[in-house]
Amino acid sequence: MGRHAVQRLLMAIPVLFGVVLVGFLLMQVVPNDPALVRAGPSATPDVIAAIRRDMGLDRPLYEQFGLYLWRLAHGDLGVSIINNVPVVQELASTVGPTLELMFASLIWSIPIGIALGTAGAYWRGRLVDRIITAFAVAGGSIPVFFLGLLLIWYVGFKLQLLPFTGRSGPLWSEEGLKGILLPALTLGGTFIGPVARMTRTAVLDVLGVEHVRTARAKGLGEFRVVTRHALRNALIPVVTLIGLQIGFLLGGAVVTETVFSWPGVGRLAVGAILSADFPMAQGTIIVLSLGFILINLVVDVLYAALDPRMRS
Amino acid sequence: MGVSNAPLLRVEGLRTLFSTSAGDIAAVDGVSLEVPRGKTLGIVGESGCGKSMLSLSIMGLVPRPGRVGAGRVLLEDINLTGLTPAGMRAVRGAGIAMIFQEPMTSLNPVHTVGDQIVEAMRAHDAGASEAELRKRAIDALRRVRIPSPERRFGEYPHQLSGGMRQRVMIAMALACRPRLLIADEPTTALDVTVQAQILDLLRDLQAETGMSVILITHDLGVVAEMADEVAVMYAGRVVERGTARDIFEDPQHPYTIGLLGSIPRIEEDRERLLSIDGSVPPPFALPQGCRFHPRCPFAIRACTEKDPPLRELSPGHQAACIRAPVEAVVECLV
Repeated sequence: MGRHAVQRLLMAIPVLFGVVLVGFLLMQVVPNDPALVRAGPSATPDVIAAIRRDMGLDRPLYEQFGLYLWRLAHGDLGVSIINNVPVVQELASTVGPTLELMFASLIWSIPIGIALGTAGAYWRGRLVDRIITAFAVAGGSIPVFFLGLLLIWYVGFKLQLLPFTGRSGPLWSEEGLKGILLPALTLGGTFIGPVARMTRTAVLDVLGVEHVRTARAKGLGEFRVVTRHALRNALIPVVTLIGLQIGFLLGGAVVTETVFSWPGVGRLAVGAILSADFPMAQGTIIVLSLGFILINLVVDVLYAALDPRMRS
Repeated sequence: MGVSNAPLLRVEGLRTLFSTSAGDIAAVDGVSLEVPRGKTLGIVGESGCGKSMLSLSIMGLVPRPGRVGAGRVLLEDINLTGLTPAGMRAVRGAGIAMIFQEPMTSLNPVHTVGDQIVEAMRAHDAGASEAELRKRAIDALRRVRIPSPERRFGEYPHQLSGGMRQRVMIAMALACRPRLLIADEPTTALDVTVQAQILDLLRDLQAETGMSVILITHDLGVVAEMADEVAVMYAGRVVERGTARDIFEDPQHPYTIGLLGSIPRIEEDRERLLSIDGSVPPPFALPQGCRFHPRCPFAIRACTEKDPPLRELSPGHQAACIRAPVEAVVECLV
């Protein structure tokens, strides 16, 4: 199993290289000139040319990329064109809040989604199942920003129960906990539906398999049959699907962070792109992709841990 | 007649129904059977005749949307069809245990075989300690002649061969010393040599424990080797019942005769195996009258009009055919 993880880790290297390359090229095709952004609206052509030379933008593309890689290897992602802050420093201060938000969103939504999906599968076709399915489809169809605005308007503004802008402290402080509730409800709320639907399908598949009949024939209680012989096996595909979905959830995090002014990587990315802050945007792309890759790595390892057939 | 002579299990007029938009369909349609103590009842029939659904009905495990619609299943004096779900769970595994056709898929691939056996024992003996259950599970593996059972205890099903898995299934089924074992096609998925080993094992375990066995199979060779009594099923009904000797030496229902004719025999030099034309009608398209008449070489007009009940031909030997005893019919034809 250790070897399996190392193998996966090695395979992540070319993926990461691809991400860096695509991120770099994306910035080339954007109809905006970093030198112009840097120089400001009143600069003369001479100044712009000088800045372009200074930033290395007059060199051929492959040289620029080589230089970018070289600096990246040394932990240097450049400085913001807008405010001259090193990109790495800015990223370091935003990764924590984003991880916090992801954690606070997933810690409750995944168990609830799995429980609802299992209940739906067990009582397939009954009223309970229909209610759960309707809820899951509705929950999965609501755009993140809309749910966020709804919560802000009702809980934050009308009832004035919880704060809804910014982060007021670490997760373990009371202030921090209050501050993360609404963003975590928003992001997690949109995640319950997909988790419930995937779990329902997977558990339904397993419930039809012979070993479930064997478990019942042994005289086991229904709760044990469902949890130990249906859900336990269904977790193998569910974990994979949840991993993939968490990748997409990073996109939802970008929106959630923007709506709630959460000081995370997502909001940083949106700000950088809107202000044409090229190095900063590239940096956020790399960090978000790294998150995606890491999640997939964890999923691969979990997969092997859950399925004994994968271990030998 | 003393209590010990009474049959262990009696099935009386059992009907297993499936609700459909076109009304109820009977997969098992009025089956009555008896399983004597310490003996083996073979249930034979083609696929689709309702024999597996019958066994699931006895276990109270009919899948939705099916249900037992009528009849009783009596294990000694307990009416199983009248039990609560919790009461039925206590019978499953401890009173009646079951093994299935596919040893590949009948064990859960994500738990060790030891855990799965321990789990079966714990369900019926909440008081036992882990260490004791482990020891008993290893004993159970040893009883089904699995070599180095201590090591196998911690292995997963995919690490075992098909024959070994079926042995594990048997060990699991017998872990709580049931009085009745239902074996649904226990050897169909196995190699011939492994088949013989598993049948030997079942016979030895039966002699050792005195349990009764219901052996469900389409393989008449297996029935001939194992069964004391035989019930032949066709389209959800028992069409002939008797001792193994009755069925194999003096079959009276044309369907049974057809089945026997389709066993290949080494000593007979036949050009072609006999076969019964057509297939078992599905429960939603049963013919009028006798359910076998469209495929029956002896059918007459009366066969298309009335569904014949089981009729006693000699003590303990019954057939559901108006033309039985067939000797007379055959003579007329010749």
